[in-house]
This record gives sequence, C-alpha cells and structure tokens, in this order.
Amino acid sequence: MSLLTTSSQTVGPYVKIGFESFTVVELAPPSVSGERITLSGRVADGDGKPVNDAVIEIWQANALGKYAHPEDAQDKPVEAGFRGFGRCLTDAKGGYRFTTIKPGRVPGPAGAPQAPHIVVTVFMRGLLKHLITRVYFPDEAANAEDPVLKLVPADRRATLIARRSPRDKAALEWNVILQGQDETVFFDY
Amino acid sequence: MNKAREEGIITSITGYRRPYFATQPAYLYPGYRSTLKRAPTQPLVFLPHTLSEVTGPVFGYDDVKPTDSDLTRQHDGEPLGERIVVSGRILDENARPVAHALVELWQANAAGRYRHAVDDHDAPLDPNFTGVGRVLTDGEGRYRFVTIKPGAYPWRNHYNAWRPAHLHFSLFGLGLVQRLVTQMYFPGDPLLEYDPMYNSVPDDKARPRMISSFDWETTIPDIALAYRYDIVLRGRDATPMETSRS
Repeated sequence: MSLLTTSSQTVGPYVKIGFESFTVVELAPPSVSGERITLSGRVADGDGKPVNDAVIEIWQANALGKYAHPEDAQDKPVEAGFRGFGRCLTDAKGGYRFTTIKPGRVPGPAGAPQAPHIVVTVFMRGLLKHLITRVYFPDEAANAEDPVLKLVPADRRATLIARRSPRDKAALEWNVILQGQDETVFFDY
Repeated sequence: MNKAREEGIITSITGYRRPYFATQPAYLYPGYRSTLKRAPTQPLVFLPHTLSEVTGPVFGYDDVKPTDSDLTRQHDGEPLGERIVVSGRILDENARPVAHALVELWQANAAGRYRHAVDDHDAPLDPNFTGVGRVLTDGEGRYRFVTIKPGAYPWRNHYNAWRPAHLHFSLFGLGLVQRLVTQMYFPGDPLLEYDPMYNSVPDDKARPRMISSFDWETTIPDIALAYRYDIVLRGRDATPMETSRS
C-alpha cells in the first residue's frame, strides 16, 4: 500500500509559542565527553535583514561518532544524557546559540567516513517547507574527502564551514543566509 | 564481528523515498508574500541519505506530561469556545504506523488570537488558553488531543486576507528526513479556496489531505465534537541507497 505524503506548511509567525517550551540550547551536560564548543550565528533574509522568527534545530553524533538512535549499529557507546538534538529560536537580531560537543566522524555512503558535521534544520514564516543544511568544522583535513561536501559546487562549500572566533577557539560562528551572493547551501533532501 | 563492523562502518543504509511529485509546495510561491525574501534562490544540492539523515532525535514518555495533550485543562478555569477532540494516526507512505513519535501542536484561541507578542489582531486573549500541546504516539502511531476549535483571523498578505481556522502540527518521525511541519484545516471551511498557504500545494489529491474529517465515532456525547486527522510521513525506499541513487 502506498499513501500520499502529507504536505508541508509553514510554521508561520507564531511558532515561538509552539516551540519555546521545548527548546534545547545546551546539548551536553558536564558528564558527557568531548571537546566543548559553542555554535552561534545569525539568520538573514534576502534583504540582509535579521530573521527574528526562525527556529534552528540541530542533530549530531556524540564525540565518538555514534548517534543516540537504534539504527546506528556501530559498535560504539551512546552516552547517557546526550540526545544529540538542539532547538533554538532566533532572537530580535536573528541570532541563535548552542553549546555542545564536537561530534566524531560517522560513516557515509559506501562506508567512507564523513567529516565531523552537524545537520541543521531551519523553519520560519515564509518557508512553506523547512530547509536542511549542514555545518562542518574549520581546519578539518577530512573536509576535503567528505562525500557530501564533495557534492557541493566548490565555490559554495565555504558557506557550510563554520569560522572559529579569533577571541575564543571553542567558539564557532556560522550564519544562515537565505538569499544572495553568500547564500547558504541548502539540500534537496 | 566482521571487519566492516569492527571499523565502525556501515555499508548499506536504506534511505527514505523522495516526496511524490507535487505533494509538497515549492519554496517560492509569490501568492504567499513572505516567500519572496526567504526562499532559496540557488539550486538545492541533492543530499544522499546517510546515517546522519536516517537517524534523528528519539523522544520518550519523559518528554511529555499527561496535561500536555489536553489544552482545555492547562489553567484553573476552562477556556472559551467549542471544545473538540482531534485524533488520528501517524503513518508512513508504506502505511506503517510511526510509533512513539513526538507530535507538537500550537494554535490560536476561539477568537482567532495567538498568545504571542506579535499577534496584534483585535480579538481577546483567553486567560485560560495557551494553545500549545504535545503528545507521543502510541505503539500503533495513534495520537489524541482535546482542545478548542480555533477561530479564523486576518493577516496582511493581501487585501482582506483571512487564514482559515487551523492547527499547526509538528512531527518527528524515526529519521531526520521524516520531519514534517504542517497545518490541519477543518471540513467545509469557505476560506480554504482563498488561502495561499493551502493552495501552495500543487497536487489536487494532496491538498485536501490537510483537511480533517468530522468523526462521529470519537465524538464524546454531550461533551465535544471530534475530528480525525491522519498524517503520512515519508516511507523507506525499497532498496539500499547506494544502488538507488536518483
């Protein structure tokens, strides 16, 4: 039997009331192992204006490259207290911020390991269906061989790689630019 | 333990089917003005479904409280408006139930006003209604909410624009690419034919699937009318991703 997939509709301008009681901006309690990082940035529309009514959701593996999910059959441990899910509503300046740990490498198509990355889902008024993109890490040799990054035109790959803050090595900055010259790469998922 | 497993490598991931043609709206839909400055303008990049996409956050009964699914009992008093039951099943395209899926709901009150700072519609707030619910589906993919029928409300998209009454639904399936946010509409609503959101879905069969149906069987005598709303998330591809690359 085949059923027709339900159509997507926008979250609209009032998504905050739906999601604010279930926001997760600190993903890793102290007991969780791994390199502590912050991931922050802003969301901007086609006029470069901040988007103050967006929702950013992130999904990631733990420091060993294991997802807290039954389909991850790798022989690696999950860690208590680490779900790997975050959700942040943007503020008046279009900003978002998560504290988490850097994920380990997970297998990709045909078993080739992927470079460390975080999957990002973006919702907002004006998006009839959500966007999916990824954040990769700066100074990461594995990026050159990443099977998904290789599918992205070379001149647009930089939009998926976070920048390290010059003031704080643990602070990564990454923006979501919806349109224009520096438009973030979004995926057909 | 074989070598691939030892190295932590998984060689075959079964991805999810891409949505059937025209069941999903395009990003750019000029009839809905906000898409103009927010829809991507560059081509999307095809994303193979890897372990990162077929996994996704897992939720449990610790994430929801019993009162989360009854929006009429979240305050000391009862909210104003028509009490309704909304229930249904979360299935995938292969008609398999999606068990233990997190379902989130938000909505306007009976007067068509959201409890949100930017909603300046000249209609009363209801101190006994927040308009936010959450529930986990059972082992058969079933969910149920008790709430108040929301009112229609005006918006600024075009002259004399009104949104048909609707409930916002957010769903997490088993895998990240099953994630869906949609809106549930009510049968017989004359505003639907004027609504750009509803009409952004090109497929003539898919569009009315967003309309719930009156359900006499789950209607509670003397208490509340009931509506049924089933939601279909993407289903698994029949074959592993590596061999079915489109």
